[in-house]
Amino acid sequence: MNKLELISALKKEANISKAEAAKVVQLFFDHMAEALARGERVEIRGLCSFYVKNYASYMGRNPKTGEKVLINPKKLPFFKSGKELKERVDY
Amino acid sequence: MALTKADIINTVQADEGLTKQQSTDIIETLIEIIKSTLQSGEDVLISGFGKFCIRDKNERKGRNPATGDDLMLAPRRVVTFKCSGKLRDRIN
Repeated sequence: MNKLELISALKKEANISKAEAAKVVQLFFDHMAEALARGERVEIRGLCSFYVKNYASYMGRNPKTGEKVLINPKKLPFFKSGKELKERVDY
Repeated sequence: MALTKADIINTVQADEGLTKQQSTDIIETLIEIIKSTLQSGEDVLISGFGKFCIRDKNERKGRNPATGDDLMLAPRRVVTFKCSGKLRDRIN
């Protein structure tokens, strides 16, 4: 399912206009992205939580050429599935 | 301070001029759609944010870290998240 399909599903299920559904979906993910960009945690009960993890720089290797390369420090969002989602997805 | 569902509901309420109840219902519906899609085994791809993927994990040997006992971990299905390049750039 992509964003457009999600918007259509929300329009139908919540009985709102397509424009409104599109705005809500955009707001929902923008809000989470903004919080992560500020380094904040995101916690959506039952769905998931995110926090930003810091990775230090390290010496890596180009797997094609075997050359040594310096990997700069980076930040990545770390995803943790919520309890309800975890239980529902598992069989 | 962590961003919670309540914060998102408040923003939707303010931006869309809805009542608290309406915005709560819409956000809960949205979350439920995401959950049931993942439950059905389908991935959810949000361009500019990331992809929620469903992965099947095989049975494997594990160990109880407290007692050191060997045990078999049952096959299971989990959700993983792949961050989009755009989100990664925004965070860094």
